[in-house]
Amino acid sequence: MDAAPPLQRSPRAAPTGQDVGTDVLAGLGRWRLWGLMGWNDIRQRYRRSLIGPFWLSLSMAVMVIALGFLFSTIFKIDIADYLPFLTLGFLAWAFIAQCVTEGCATFIEAEGFIKQMPLPYSTFVYRVVWRNLIILAHNSVVYVVVALIFGIWPGATALLVLPGLVLLVLNAAWLGILVGALCARFRDVPPIVSSLLQMVFFVTPIIWKPELAGDRMLFVDLNPFFHFVELIRAPLLGHAPAAASWLVCIAVTAVGWIATALVFRRCRARIAYWV
Amino acid sequence: MAEITLDRVSVDFPVYSGGGSGRSLKRFAMRRATGGRFGRGITDRVVVHALADVTLAFRHGDRVGLVGRNGAGKTTLLRVIAGVYEPTRGTIVRAGHVAPLFDPTLGMDLDATGFENIVLRGLLLDIPIADIKARMDEIAAFTELGDHLSLPVRTYSSGMTLRLAFAVSTCFDPEILVMDEWIGVGDAHFIEKAERRLESFIGRSSVLVVASHSEPLLRRLCNKAVLLDAGRVAAFGPVAEIFAAYNAAAAE
Repeated sequence: MDAAPPLQRSPRAAPTGQDVGTDVLAGLGRWRLWGLMGWNDIRQRYRRSLIGPFWLSLSMAVMVIALGFLFSTIFKIDIADYLPFLTLGFLAWAFIAQCVTEGCATFIEAEGFIKQMPLPYSTFVYRVVWRNLIILAHNSVVYVVVALIFGIWPGATALLVLPGLVLLVLNAAWLGILVGALCARFRDVPPIVSSLLQMVFFVTPIIWKPELAGDRMLFVDLNPFFHFVELIRAPLLGHAPAAASWLVCIAVTAVGWIATALVFRRCRARIAYWV
Repeated sequence: MAEITLDRVSVDFPVYSGGGSGRSLKRFAMRRATGGRFGRGITDRVVVHALADVTLAFRHGDRVGLVGRNGAGKTTLLRVIAGVYEPTRGTIVRAGHVAPLFDPTLGMDLDATGFENIVLRGLLLDIPIADIKARMDEIAAFTELGDHLSLPVRTYSSGMTLRLAFAVSTCFDPEILVMDEWIGVGDAHFIEKAERRLESFIGRSSVLVVASHSEPLLRRLCNKAVLLDAGRVAAFGPVAEIFAAYNAAAAE
C-alpha cells in the first residue's frame, strides 16, 4: 500500500464549457496555472540576463527619449509637455498591440496543450494577457522616471487609471479568444492583423497630439484605440478621461464580448481540430 | 466511480488542401462574396474519417489496450476519451477525472528545474497546489532523479523527463488514465516500477486506456483490448482473444 491515503476526487464534467461564459469562468479558476505559465514566459526570455525584464523598460526608455526629442522639435512642442504624453501613449499602445499580436498566436502556440488535454480555452488567453500586464508593469517604471524628472504629480486623478486598466484587460480577453480562434482557422489572418495594427498606430494620437488633427477631430473621436489609450494616458497626466472615452470603451467591451460569445459558441468544439 | 461510454462516436478531420487555400480568410471571403464563383479552392475540402461509429463502454477495473495498425485511429480514440476532440457525431459520457499522459514533455518548462516542473504539471492536471507540495517528497522519491531535480529539465534525457511526468501524473490516482505509447523511452527498471504503480492504481478500481504496439506490454497491463481497423471497432474483448484475432489477421 502507498504511504499516503489515496486522494478522493469527485467526478466532474469536462472542464471546457459550452459557452464563452462557462469557459471564461473555468479559465479564471485555473489562475495558478496561467499565472505560473505567464511568469515562466517572462523568465524564459530573460533568464540569463542580469537586469532581466528591465531590458524591456530600457528599450522603451531609449525609444521614448529618441522619439521625444525628435518630435518635440518637429512639432515645436515643449519637451516637458511632450515627453510624458508620448511615454504614456507608448506604454498603453505597447500593451494593446502586444495583446492583439500575441492573441493571434494564442491557440496556435498552445497546440501542444490543446491536443493533449482539455483545458478551458480562456486559460491560454489569460496567460497572454497576464504576461503582457507584467511587461506593462515593468515598462511603467519609465513613466515614473519621466514624471519625476518633469515634476508631474497627477494626484488622486491617477487612480482613474485602474478602471481604465480593467476595461483594457476585459477587451484584451475577448480579443484574444476571438482573434485566437480566427487565426487558428485562417492562417493568413496574423499578417493582415499586423499590417492593420501598424496603420492604426499611425492614425492614433500616440506620437502626435489629438489637437493637431484640427478639423479632422472625427478621425480621432471615432477611433476606439484613441479612447483606450486615453483611459490610461489622461489620468496619469492628471486629468480625467472624457466621458466619451468611457462610453466608447464600455460600448466596445460589450459589443466585443457579445460577438465573441456568438463566435465561440459556434467554433469552440472545432478549435482542437484547427490548431 | 470511473466510467466511459461512447455511443456511435465519429470523428472527421478536415484537411485543408489546395496549397493551404482552405486556410485563407481572403479566399473564404472571396467565395462568400461572389457566391462561390471565385476562390474555388476552399471547396476542395477533404475529410478524413478517423473514427466511425465507435460504440464502447469501459467500467471500473477495466484495463483496456488499444491495438491496430498505424492510422487505425488509436490516438484519435485516446484523445476523444481524454476530451481533447469532441466527436463530430455521437456522444461520449465520461465519469471521473481524466489524466492524459500522451507527451511527457507537455507543458514542461525546459529552463525550470525538476521541482518547478512538478508543480507546473500538477497544476496542468488541476491538482490543488497544497496537495502537490504535500506530496513533493513522495513524487521526488518515485522519480529517483535525486539531485537532478534541482537542475533545469533541459539537462534531462528523455527517459528522465518521462519519469518526472509519469510520477506526477500517476501520483494522484486519476480515475481514468489515458496513455499513448509512453513506455518506449523508459529503462527496464523504470518500466517495471511504472507497471507496479499502474497495477496498484488499477487495484483502486479505475480505468486505464493505453495504446501500444507492444503485445507483451498489453498482455501484462491489460485485461481487455479493442482492435481498431480503419477507424472502426473490429473487436472488443479479453486481451488474449483480441490478440489471437489480430495476429491471425496480420498473418493472412
